[in-house]
Amino acid sequence: MTTTDLLALSPILAILALCVLTMLGIAVRRHHGTIAMLAAAGTLVTLGTLPLAASAAPRTVTTLLRIDGYALLYMGLLLAATLIIIALSYRYWNLHVEEHEECEEFYLLVLLATLGAIVLTASVHFVPFFLGLELISVSSYGLIGYLRTRRAPLEASLKYLLLSSTASAFLLFGMALLYFQTGTMVFSEIGAATIPSEPKPLLWLGGFTLVMVAIGFKLGLVPFHLWIPDVYQGAPAPITAYIATVSKVAVAALLLRFVTDLRILEMHTVSLLFGTLAAASMLAGNFLALLQQNVKRLLAYSSIAHFGYLLVALLAGGPFAAEAVTFYLAAYVTMTLGAFGVVTARSTPLRDADAFEDYRGLFWSRPWLSVTFMLTLLSLAGIPITAGFLGKFYAIAAGVHADLWLLVLLLIANSALGVYYYLRLIVTMFDRSAADITIADESAQHDAQGHWATALSLGAIASMLLWLGSYPGPVIEFIRSIVADLGATMLNARY
Amino acid sequence: MILWLLIIIPFLAAPLAWWTARRSQLLTVWIALCAFIIDGLLSVIVWLWYRVPSDPTPQQWILDSHTPWIPQWGIDLHLGLDGISFVLIVLTNVLGLVAVVSSWKEIRERQGFYYFNLLLVMSGVIGVFLALDLFLFFLFWEVMLLPMYLIVAVWGHENRRYASFKFFLFTQAGSLVLLVAIATLALLHQDATGTPSFDYHDLLELSISPSSAWWLMLAFFVGFGVKLPVVPLHTWLPDTHTEAPTGGSVILAGLLLKTGAYGLLRFAIPLFPEAAQAFAPVAMALGVIGVLYGAALAFAQTDYKRLVAYSSISHLGFALIGIFAMNKLALQGAVMQLIAHGVSSAALFMLAGVLQDRLHTRDMRRMGGLWASVPRLASITLFFAVASLGLPGLANFIGEFLVLFGSFGAHPWLTASAATGMIAAAIYSLALIQRTFHGPLAVDRQLPDLSGTPLAVLISMMIILVWLGWYPMVLFSATEPTLEFLHHLEPSMPNMPNGDLSALTLQPPPHASAQ
Repeated sequence: MTTTDLLALSPILAILALCVLTMLGIAVRRHHGTIAMLAAAGTLVTLGTLPLAASAAPRTVTTLLRIDGYALLYMGLLLAATLIIIALSYRYWNLHVEEHEECEEFYLLVLLATLGAIVLTASVHFVPFFLGLELISVSSYGLIGYLRTRRAPLEASLKYLLLSSTASAFLLFGMALLYFQTGTMVFSEIGAATIPSEPKPLLWLGGFTLVMVAIGFKLGLVPFHLWIPDVYQGAPAPITAYIATVSKVAVAALLLRFVTDLRILEMHTVSLLFGTLAAASMLAGNFLALLQQNVKRLLAYSSIAHFGYLLVALLAGGPFAAEAVTFYLAAYVTMTLGAFGVVTARSTPLRDADAFEDYRGLFWSRPWLSVTFMLTLLSLAGIPITAGFLGKFYAIAAGVHADLWLLVLLLIANSALGVYYYLRLIVTMFDRSAADITIADESAQHDAQGHWATALSLGAIASMLLWLGSYPGPVIEFIRSIVADLGATMLNARY
Repeated sequence: MILWLLIIIPFLAAPLAWWTARRSQLLTVWIALCAFIIDGLLSVIVWLWYRVPSDPTPQQWILDSHTPWIPQWGIDLHLGLDGISFVLIVLTNVLGLVAVVSSWKEIRERQGFYYFNLLLVMSGVIGVFLALDLFLFFLFWEVMLLPMYLIVAVWGHENRRYASFKFFLFTQAGSLVLLVAIATLALLHQDATGTPSFDYHDLLELSISPSSAWWLMLAFFVGFGVKLPVVPLHTWLPDTHTEAPTGGSVILAGLLLKTGAYGLLRFAIPLFPEAAQAFAPVAMALGVIGVLYGAALAFAQTDYKRLVAYSSISHLGFALIGIFAMNKLALQGAVMQLIAHGVSSAALFMLAGVLQDRLHTRDMRRMGGLWASVPRLASITLFFAVASLGLPGLANFIGEFLVLFGSFGAHPWLTASAATGMIAAAIYSLALIQRTFHGPLAVDRQLPDLSGTPLAVLISMMIILVWLGWYPMVLFSATEPTLEFLHHLEPSMPNMPNGDLSALTLQPPPHASAQ
């Protein structure tokens, strides 16, 4: 372990130190504002270490972690998302501070989960893969059930615990099978261990499929999606945002690296598997979203569909797919945070704002909040000048590029379908009949402190959405320069 | 840069109008009016300034503005003004004024937000008429959509929710098909040259294999056909037009439908001339079906606005026939039809708003015998009704006549059946007048007649129709180079020469001496 190694690991070390610091901070002074500030400032500092790490990148630290531009890019995305979630949570926990005296550990758990997430982005080996994933999962159990006096969060937490540990068992078994076949746990060696031209042995494929089951579970792809709506609905709104963004994106980043390293998409059976998952996720996600009467569940199904679109981009393969997936994920994080951010901002001490009624006439009573919500919904629907449109455009272009016509047509049909339910929400916000009723209960909204944090983060999200959508040139250039070496550097990943 | 100004004026006026609404409603209306007036004048000034009328071989593009936007994908901010764009932009601004005047009394609540949306739609429409980069075009194409949806959804009549949803879903589905086709085109350009490009001129030079050209052309046709609307894709139109507030109907019928026709003229045909030529009989047949079907259903309506909406389907069927006949006469007819229908249908919808304001109904069974009490209103309605049925001497006649004249040579049977649509138009237009203004008196109150600004606006629209009807050369000479270019795309000429567009447009038009 040299100094350069340590430098390369600095983001991980920084967030580790931050976790310890937060824990000690809680022991010394249990004060909500202080701890939230500490967590936010610490996350900012961690973000600041990324350039430091970039100076040492690309570098493989031990066989476990590879810190390269790709990993750092995703770390940046995840840390920024964490920062936004901390900012959004501040007001939310202020609402609940009387009911739950201990809201400080919340930030500790969030930071721990983020630690797991950024480890995932850099893993090139099964061990950090598993550790990172478990770190996210275990922290999530606590986070989902954090509002422990309520019934729904506990139920969601238990459900997540059971299903997630099953998925982990699948993952371990799959890893064992792959290890049995190849004798290595390094991704690129697993891919290279069999002769590329010959069909993979059945056990190898079985192991890969089991690993994919676990990944599919975490991403909420269709046959493994059953937990998504319940957990999204039950979890406190900022945690829903967390699960929808940080934990999913970290796994997606890992998946991209995994399939690139294994060079597996060229195999017909595997691409068929991915294609089926994509099609099923798009169709089931959108059709079930049509039936929802609950905003959180609607967004849950829409996120299932979005990962279907993402898989279409992923399937295209090659550097263009990596670029498309990365842009899509950046857009996805922004818009999902925006959507759940608005849900968080509308929540009251009694319940989260997850009914359509909570948004009726919102435009006339709180125009800025509803414009933000509208922007994120339009972005989710893929309407131009928003980030979501370019993301979808990328997915379509990648699909066309790889001649995946059937999937592209499905994507189109589903996007049109998707517009319907987003529009239902938007039209509810413009409902003029209820405008006067909602104004009345506004006074209750302004009680809790920390409005400014919510406003600031939602403002940042809205401007980010518009910026990505209207002037994406620099971002695309940046992503392109970074993901270009994803495939190339993998071949000599091991020193 | 001046071209951007045309888009930016309404775009900036939109938030300004919203902002002033809380101080003074009147100011909001004036801002909207001024935006359209300035924008319209600016477009005319640009046109007169940059065009060299004495040039014996007029260029197609009068003005061009080009800056890179997303260089990685070959997307530019590329605008260009030619005859067709200019004519349609003038129409846009005129109808913008009409929409403001007809919303004046009708929109009573949330006026600021209404004018915000109205101005934004117009900004998008002007962008559509100017964009020469397909990505940018698509952007403007979508910009028109959302504010229009809100206009219908917030200020519409009883059934606005259903209508606005249907409108959004249909047009969005069409747009997505278009989007895939656009992305595919850019990637085909990448395959051919190594860099993706969305630029109109680059893509014109691209040689595409016949089978992909066929599919892409079909996708463009569907995307634009939803807006036009081509008959199997039309079902959103009657609902949306009927439920929209008057200003919304004016814009929908007058402008949004024209963007579909414009897209076919500007993109679908020039980009894939051979495929379009092969598809022409089908498209023209669909046009004929539209003419007859629209006319038949128009006659059956009892709702005034619904009748006008179905008549739009019928009239734009003629435009579709003219566009796909692909010879110069028919193309001139199609452009004339677009303008004439824009003015006359906008006027009819405005009159519907006036009637609804007085009678609080659009149901023609509850009207009747109004001629005596509102003679000015009745006679003006009669004027626009006969204009839309194609009375010689008015612009609509020129349009329909030229379309039929131009298409007859190649497709006599289709043209002959489309011509019966003109008879049907006479039936439903006169039925409209008869049910509304003649017969037993259905209203016992004294109704106020037209006066003031609405009257002035309607009279100026009448003047436009008469002027274009007697002196259509203004329109024809403005659009001549563009139509010439389209005409030359016809693959009866040996295959489109690659990369030699300038030579094409520089050829002296064979009919130029006629001027």
